[in-house]
Amino acid sequence: MILSIKNKFHLTERRREAIACALFIAPVVVGFLAFTLIPLLVSGVVSFTNYSLAGQPVFVGFDNYIFLFQDKFWWNSVRVTIVYAIIVVPLWLVNSLLLALLMNQNLKGVHVFRTIYYLPAVLAGVAVAVLWRWILNYRFGLMNILLGELGIAGPNWLGQKPWAFYSIILMSQYAIGWYLPIWLGGLQNIPTELYEAAEIDGADGLTKFFRITLPMLSPIILYNLVMNIIWATQLFTEPFILTGGGPQFSTTSYMMYLYNNAFSYMKMGLATAMGWILFVVVLILTLMVFKSSPMWVYYESERRNG
Amino acid sequence: MNNRIAISDSPLSLKKTKRLNQRVTRNIVKVFSYIVLITGSIIFLIPLFWQISTSLKTPEETILYPPVWIPASFQWQNYLELIERFPYHLYSRNSLIISISVILGTVFSNSLAAYGFARLRMPGKDVIFIILLSTLMLPSVVLIIPQFVIFQSLKWTNTYYPLIVPAFFGNAFYLFLMRQFFMGIPRELEDAARIDGAGYFRIYSQIILPLSKPALITVALFTFVATWNDFFGPLIYLSDSAKYTIAVALRYLQGSVRSRPENHLLMAAATLSMLPCILVFFAAQRQFIQGTVITGVKG
Repeated sequence: MILSIKNKFHLTERRREAIACALFIAPVVVGFLAFTLIPLLVSGVVSFTNYSLAGQPVFVGFDNYIFLFQDKFWWNSVRVTIVYAIIVVPLWLVNSLLLALLMNQNLKGVHVFRTIYYLPAVLAGVAVAVLWRWILNYRFGLMNILLGELGIAGPNWLGQKPWAFYSIILMSQYAIGWYLPIWLGGLQNIPTELYEAAEIDGADGLTKFFRITLPMLSPIILYNLVMNIIWATQLFTEPFILTGGGPQFSTTSYMMYLYNNAFSYMKMGLATAMGWILFVVVLILTLMVFKSSPMWVYYESERRNG
Repeated sequence: MNNRIAISDSPLSLKKTKRLNQRVTRNIVKVFSYIVLITGSIIFLIPLFWQISTSLKTPEETILYPPVWIPASFQWQNYLELIERFPYHLYSRNSLIISISVILGTVFSNSLAAYGFARLRMPGKDVIFIILLSTLMLPSVVLIIPQFVIFQSLKWTNTYYPLIVPAFFGNAFYLFLMRQFFMGIPRELEDAARIDGAGYFRIYSQIILPLSKPALITVALFTFVATWNDFFGPLIYLSDSAKYTIAVALRYLQGSVRSRPENHLLMAAATLSMLPCILVFFAAQRQFIQGTVITGVKG
């Protein structure tokens, strides 16, 4: 008798807790439905129509996808984005890791360096792009003035064909400070005993780096790699402000072409199809990185277990 | 193995010279590191310096050769001229309204849900959490156009609703961050309050939230910088120039051929746009850097 009352009491208490929990998470669940799931379903439908904001959308089957695969401007934007990602992702990873390694040696004033390198990352956006547009100005820009001091005739950075693309890559490196705290955190988590043991074994600096530092950092490398791939494919603000996609579409990234299709030509169906293709490609890339990770990512817990 | 034997067999003096050599190489490496880091710092600071310097020049000075690093006299009136010619106070106000609303919404909705996920029991809760987390992998590209279509059909374009309202309904990234933080708070504190008869909402608002200030501040800071710098959202939703945010206004300034201000004014505009982020960054540098570590490794 007492037991059953207790049980009943316990149950209502649990139910009370469940109701409270539902209330606490309700806004986020509603948000997921309204701003993620429904748009996702809508976009699945829209990508098979010729929706243009005005007029009745007509179902066109796979026409948008077929059109894109035959569209040389689409292929151009794909090429621009892939080349950008292939160049920029390794540069981001290597440059920021090198900076972090330099800073991780008990140097005096490290926090000053960290502040300086991190600051541009906080400012990322239109203002920085406007600034770089001025610096890369063909005639009066600081870049060409400084190059001129060295006796080099600076190129027309933003108006000439390969240089406009190089300008975008150059500017992308201005935000590498973002990764510094992540790398430094990872470096400081590596147990010093590992290095001490290696030193006793007579390991030199390079051996220590490749045998201890890199494996111990590999989970962070994995994370940064995945995030960088996603970021690189979303390139938009820099070419939009610096070059407007030119010259001759040499800096028209995938996102810029998507934007143009949606908001200049009002081809919402086509733009949605573009979004889906990019999503699938990024998903495949991410899965490939994760699939390959057991070969090169080393987790501390494995060491403890094994 | 061979090395170890070699070291233990070597005479004492040899060992000493080896240690000395090590110290010398370490110092050489340090000096080299300083040179690289200082050079890099100069390269990173020059653009910002050049921006501020240009913003204080006369129009003639901006195109002089050899370049003028420090203007002969600071032209503070450039900023006044900019504000007179373009309603910068209006753009700042718009950006501020959106940023503060988004911060409030983000902190409020995610901390509520994070408390539910971290502490309360409900059947199916974990499945819901995993579904929410999986949206992190969903790039915004897939959602941009359909969200636009939906907001357009609600007649929300050219209003701030599409930029603000979603913030009140959670963000998987910050939800995860806050849940991790809440789970680290000892349960004993809540148990004591529960014995005193406190309800769940009181525990959330009077125990969990005050103890989570560092996490809440980090989320608020990141939200501020992200919203202030956001370009794509305001670009596609706002068409009325009186509603522009700073980011869109700046693009408009530099892109419009007819009313395009000269470079010294453009740099003044860029400086004004950056100023709030610079101030916030220097006021809360520690939280930013720690926040990057937390979000970076665990996100």
